[in-house]
Amino acid sequence: MNTLMAVVLLVLLAALFGALLGYAAVRFKVESDPIVEQIDNILPQTQCGQCGYPGCRPYAEAIANGDEINKCPPGGEAGVKALADLLGREPKPLDESLEESVPKVAVIREDECIGCTKCIQACPVDAIVGAAKLMHTVIADECTGCDLCVPPCPVDCIDMIPLTNNDLHHWQWPNPNSEPHSPFESEQIIPVKQVS
Amino acid sequence: MLKSSPFNQASNSVTQLMLQVILATLPGALIMFYFFGWGVLFNLLTCSLVAMASEAAILKLRGRDFKSGLSDYSALVTGILIGLALPPLAPWWVAVIGTFFAITFAKHVYGGLGYNPFNPAMVGYVLLLISFPVAMTSWLPPQNIATNAVNFLDSLNLFLFEIDSQGNKLNFYLQNADGFTMATPLDELKTGLSMGFTTAELQDKLILTGWVNQGWQWVNIAFLVGGLYLLTRKVIHWYIPVGMLGAIFLTSGLLTWIDPDLHISPMTHLFSGATMLGAFFIATDPVSAATTPKGRIIFGAGIGFLVVIIRNFGGYPDAVAFAVLLLNMAAPLIDHFTQPKVYGTRDA
Amino acid sequence: MDSIQYTTQYQFHGGIHPEEHKELSNQHSIGELGVPPQLNIYLGQHNGQPALPVVNVGDYVKRGQLIGRMQGNLSANVHASSSGTVKEIALRPVAHASGMNDLCVVIDTDGNDASEYLEPIADYASVNKQVLLDRVAEAGIVGLGGAAFPSNIKLMPRVNHLIINAAECEPYISCDDRLMRENADELINAIQCVQSIIGAQHCTIGIEDNKQEAINALLLAIEKQDPNNNSHFQICVVPTKYPSGGEKQLIELITGKQVPAQQLPLALGIIMHNVATALAVYRAITKGEVLTQRLMTITGKAATIRGNFWTRIGTPFDWILEQAKVNTQVLDRVIMGGPMMGFEIQKLDSGTVKSTNCTIFAETNELATSNNSLPCIRCGLCADACPVSLLPQQLYWHSKSEEFNKAEHYNLFDCIECGACSYVCPSNIPLVQYYRFAKNEIVRQSDEKAKASHARERHEFRELRLQREKAERAERHRKAAEARKKAAMQKGEADEKKATIADAVARAKARKQQSKD
Repeated sequence: MNTLMAVVLLVLLAALFGALLGYAAVRFKVESDPIVEQIDNILPQTQCGQCGYPGCRPYAEAIANGDEINKCPPGGEAGVKALADLLGREPKPLDESLEESVPKVAVIREDECIGCTKCIQACPVDAIVGAAKLMHTVIADECTGCDLCVPPCPVDCIDMIPLTNNDLHHWQWPNPNSEPHSPFESEQIIPVKQVS
Repeated sequence: MLKSSPFNQASNSVTQLMLQVILATLPGALIMFYFFGWGVLFNLLTCSLVAMASEAAILKLRGRDFKSGLSDYSALVTGILIGLALPPLAPWWVAVIGTFFAITFAKHVYGGLGYNPFNPAMVGYVLLLISFPVAMTSWLPPQNIATNAVNFLDSLNLFLFEIDSQGNKLNFYLQNADGFTMATPLDELKTGLSMGFTTAELQDKLILTGWVNQGWQWVNIAFLVGGLYLLTRKVIHWYIPVGMLGAIFLTSGLLTWIDPDLHISPMTHLFSGATMLGAFFIATDPVSAATTPKGRIIFGAGIGFLVVIIRNFGGYPDAVAFAVLLLNMAAPLIDHFTQPKVYGTRDA
Repeated sequence: MDSIQYTTQYQFHGGIHPEEHKELSNQHSIGELGVPPQLNIYLGQHNGQPALPVVNVGDYVKRGQLIGRMQGNLSANVHASSSGTVKEIALRPVAHASGMNDLCVVIDTDGNDASEYLEPIADYASVNKQVLLDRVAEAGIVGLGGAAFPSNIKLMPRVNHLIINAAECEPYISCDDRLMRENADELINAIQCVQSIIGAQHCTIGIEDNKQEAINALLLAIEKQDPNNNSHFQICVVPTKYPSGGEKQLIELITGKQVPAQQLPLALGIIMHNVATALAVYRAITKGEVLTQRLMTITGKAATIRGNFWTRIGTPFDWILEQAKVNTQVLDRVIMGGPMMGFEIQKLDSGTVKSTNCTIFAETNELATSNNSLPCIRCGLCADACPVSLLPQQLYWHSKSEEFNKAEHYNLFDCIECGACSYVCPSNIPLVQYYRFAKNEIVRQSDEKAKASHARERHEFRELRLQREKAERAERHRKAAEARKKAAMQKGEADEKKATIADAVARAKARKQQSKD
């Protein structure tokens, strides 16, 4: 009899707590951005397609579906690290076939331009203006430096100029932190010899 | 590297702060030496040496510059605090184990100076108290009222070999005028209370046997003096000591008011055990304490409250170490909830 | 009427008492530094847009002639500080913390110092406010306390309370002190002028109690210029404590009120001007003088000649170094501004700017240079010293570990970079430098984010447009096909008719033929 009571009580309790937890899960559900949005927010939006997808958003979707996180050269190592943090994956070096790229801007040598409009069609962010048979130009502020306009140009008149930002207006105070971020991160407290 | 302003530094340094703390422990240490004899000195010496040696060894292991690491004297402060907290004539290995553990595990495993969440000295002390309860609660009676005072040579023998030249063990020296073995007044009160005596009776007995107004009171007064020195030199702030002593006074006052027979009076609380040492030297360790002004008052008050609760209801006679460690754990939370109001948000 | 001079009853949180070293420079009366052989005038020396050069290389310019015109609303005119020939308009080293180059006008002076000033406005009270504001803008006047914010903008609003900042709380600097001692009469007129532009009923001069002589001079001048105190002058003596001269700190000291976070003193109906700025405004209006010189303190133990000197804007630091007979053997560093908030001049051929209130030629060990910082021991001295009641320690941890959103949560952007926390830190941690780095980095990252989201928008819009175009094209094709079909059908019908008619005609013909036959 006692055993039965115990079993019944436990079952009741389990049911009660289960219901409580279930209710709490529904009632206090944390709304968050869908994972694709969060990934897309980390990607640099150059829309360069070096990852093999036609733009940042498709790559974000691909990552959410399990693709590698190290295929975005404009995002660089920092981008890979941010993605790794977000997704709880291991950060890995950039894909070897891709090189980390510096920010660049496209510039058309205007006297050589024949006005073929091919680059205009290639630009993912509509940063090139011009009409057929007329000279084209790049709106520098809108250009993401994706390189996509370079191959279609039949007269090779587009240069990718690295953005140096090496002037007083872009100058920043240096990071005084020459030490590691935390004593745990880059230095073992109990020294361990790294073999290999 | 490019250096930005200010190009100006107040002439203070961690080393100076630590040296002032060490200086401020002197009155207390001297009074303890006067009442409890050579054992105090042996403890202080051993703990200081072991602290510096462990610090140097670990810094070397960690590949840090151990000369500059030692010169901040933070390890020395830890060593001295443990030395002051140990019972005189506890065997040498007690001091060694406690100090080594404090420096190695409580300090450096967490990242060294500035990174330890717990007060290293108290971690070492608590480790000893739990591991060697007998050695850690065998306090000598003040030498001026002790039946068997202990001289330098016997002290040394007891400290090193746990037996003196006549073959007496430490117990021999622990007996008081009545021939009974006694612990600290707090211990005595606690045992008495649990045996059904009232505090009044116990106080009488303590006064008769010369415990009250002797020894411990003077030790506490000496640490209070050292603490006041630290306050005037602005090495510490009033927040933590006032919070802690105030809370001890209020909590014990309330308990005494509820039932004076069963609870130790506020004044006894304030001037016995490690109260003053704790309030001015241990709880004020900035690394492991709360940092906001309000937070520090709360931090101190929490320690004071727990000290009284543990002393009155807990299993150990003194409670400063446990209270400090418990509040160390709470410090980040306290800080989080006591952020000061930034300029411009004070009033509408 | 209350007494004109009173001591403040309020105080601000924190603050420090660094050694003042004002006696190094405030013992001598004001001198003239003279005209250097070459002027190196920086076109971006004020807050806001850099000025646009309006002279050409080889042009002859007079003192006071416009060489850089303001661009946009937040900008200031730049003038030649002496007569001579424009040698270069090029990137030259400038007085900036970065030590980098920027656009400057270099003038080879001819020593004649021929000048060209504006028409004086004698009776400013009867002139429209806009005319006065235009004059101040034309004269290129900016805040001379150090911020270099265009003054015409700060004179625009009408408020009830004008505060003149004469606290001069930074160590070493004494130019405002000497100015008040020696030019008190003119200063009182100048303050009245500023007061009338702003339309303020009350005017408080905030001054630290270490400048008793200046206070006395001002009191005497007020008695002389305005015996009944119709301008409602008050001199508020504040305790000597750094940074009492910070705008928000001085307002709290004088009024007991705090400027609401992220707002301007305007929210309290207050406007604050530096004492030297008031004088510059007054001279621009009543004498037509444009801003070509300012009073600058030359100090530091490496300098032999110390004191306060009228210095032309654009005077190269290496020339000042010669004039001050600096002992280069012991010279450790040259600092522009005070030791607390100034910066090191890395290239001595750069010229002074409008905000150069002080040049310190520091000898070895005069100013702390230690680079060895110990770990933070959380002593909290920094939080005690912070005039904004921040928790510098938490800001430090978060800035150091680059957790910028947490640093922002701890109100990083309320930090005024006064340096009090670094000053008191026993571990010698460059706290302010961490905050500067973190602020820069946060701004950069948010710019980058904004740029990325803009690019995303444009990309998405393009995708949408392409889709729409595709749909439109498809629609057009469909329509065209239909039209063709219809046309084809119509054509078919017409052919049928024609065929029928032709058939009929043929039949008729055939019949005719038959009948004929």
